[in-house]
Amino acid sequence: MSDLRELYQQVILDHNRKPRNFRTLTSATGRAEGYNPLCGDRVTVEVALEDGVIRDIGFQGSGCAISKASASMMTAALKGKTVSAAEETFGRFRTMLTENGSDGEVAGRLDKLAVFAGVREFPSRIKCATLPWHTVHAALAGKTEPVTTE
Amino acid sequence: MKVSGSSWDVERIRKDFPILHEEVHGKPLVYLDNAATSQKPHVVIEALVDYYAKRNSNVHRGLHLLSERATEAYEEARARIQRFLNAAHSREIIFVRGATEGINLVAQTYGRRAVGAGDEVVITALEHHSNIVPWQMLCEEKHGTLRVVPINDAGKVDVEAYEAMLGERTRLVAIAHVSNALGTILPVQRMIEAAHQRDIPVLVDGAQAAPHLRVDVQALGCDFYTFSGHKTYGPTGIGVLYGKTALLEQMPPFHGGGDMIKSVSFEKTVYNDLPYKFEAGTPHVAGAVGLGAALGYLEDLRLDRIAAYEHELLVYATDRLSALPGVRLIGTARDKAAVLSFVVEGVHAHDVGTILDLEGIAVRAGHHCAMPVMTRFDIAATTRASLALYNTYEEIDRLIDGLGKVREVFG
Repeated sequence: MSDLRELYQQVILDHNRKPRNFRTLTSATGRAEGYNPLCGDRVTVEVALEDGVIRDIGFQGSGCAISKASASMMTAALKGKTVSAAEETFGRFRTMLTENGSDGEVAGRLDKLAVFAGVREFPSRIKCATLPWHTVHAALAGKTEPVTTE
Repeated sequence: MKVSGSSWDVERIRKDFPILHEEVHGKPLVYLDNAATSQKPHVVIEALVDYYAKRNSNVHRGLHLLSERATEAYEEARARIQRFLNAAHSREIIFVRGATEGINLVAQTYGRRAVGAGDEVVITALEHHSNIVPWQMLCEEKHGTLRVVPINDAGKVDVEAYEAMLGERTRLVAIAHVSNALGTILPVQRMIEAAHQRDIPVLVDGAQAAPHLRVDVQALGCDFYTFSGHKTYGPTGIGVLYGKTALLEQMPPFHGGGDMIKSVSFEKTVYNDLPYKFEAGTPHVAGAVGLGAALGYLEDLRLDRIAAYEHELLVYATDRLSALPGVRLIGTARDKAAVLSFVVEGVHAHDVGTILDLEGIAVRAGHHCAMPVMTRFDIAATTRASLALYNTYEEIDRLIDGLGKVREVFG
């Protein structure tokens, strides 16, 4: 049960049940779609940029608890951040999930997002957690091609 | 927990499969992903070792003793498959990599000759991607049309709609014997007869049937039948395409190369006789030998007894799953093989799969290479438990307990 609780932390389950910023934006300046063909997860992320700052951000889609909670917590973490700070956070998030021995410091700087550290032990689920981030990365860069995890 | 009422000695059978004694996440493995691939008994593993240790050589080439031994082993495997399918001749048994290659072979040889602009290929709505995409590719190239027979909410094929779909332009019917995503057993005999009344040949994708049902290609009357070794307790990378001699002889070769020729000059090549015309290059001899051993194992256990035991397990698992609140079975046709696809209300299949995995239970979670089936039922994915001859009532109980954990986590 310990591995299980490590992965499905209460915060993750809570965001899965009640996702934040689960909506479309009326004033989006960037929009991207992400797709994981392995499990069929789909996420659309919209951002409203103003002077290089993310003034508003929202997402739509369907997926597993990990991808939904990741998208929800991502939007909460990025609102009000500059584009470069957002990219930096994405970089740290990816490092935490994919590189061994990256725990302590990186996770510490990720604040609430550190609850996803447990996903690293589940290689088949890492893409679930990173899909919304790849998608927001594309939305910030103004890409129009759908992003896939493959 | 229920104990089998039949004479099936599952504990003795489990001893034949070394992997079943592995632990996963510190728990005894419960392997319920048999529709993806089955586990291998000792006799198959030993056949591979024995082949490489004592007989390995190239086939149909060398004059030396080892080559004779290898050729003999390879052709013995073919003869065993002929008996397994009750084919009329061993030349009708072609070794391929698996059912996917078997279907592609027919599409690219028979299909390319038979299908022209405006012609039709008929499949059903429950096919695996491997029995959809090769026909789509063919129809795209030849400007033909792919017709799809609908299924009902239980996952049963609409046979009346199928019969009405067969027409002047139908050049081929390609249907699954058993659905991998839903477990439905198709009424292939009736469907073949209906096609034959119009002289339309039929290919049956037997990947999910061969390990579970007795298959008699002469009684079925099908023109092509294909299955994969690895789902039939044999090695990966080997499979079988059966075809009627008259059709195979008309067909052009699939791949060109060694072994499929009688003579080669730069002006003209004379192709070899059946079945070698379709077996270019050095074949997977060890795989064929291993598959032969697997089919021998199934014959010893008897497929009618295997089917009866798996059906008992299916009935038990269906009852227990149906009794769980929030669990909905997808695929409830009366004629079913031991496949249980289901959705858990409010929980994505991948979360179910991960939690079950941590309990030592291996299931498949996803679209099962049958995305149109998921679309038909308006779901993204299902969790699928697919049973085999070595599964037990206790393992079904473990699955049910595992689903209890899912409920515990997700509330």
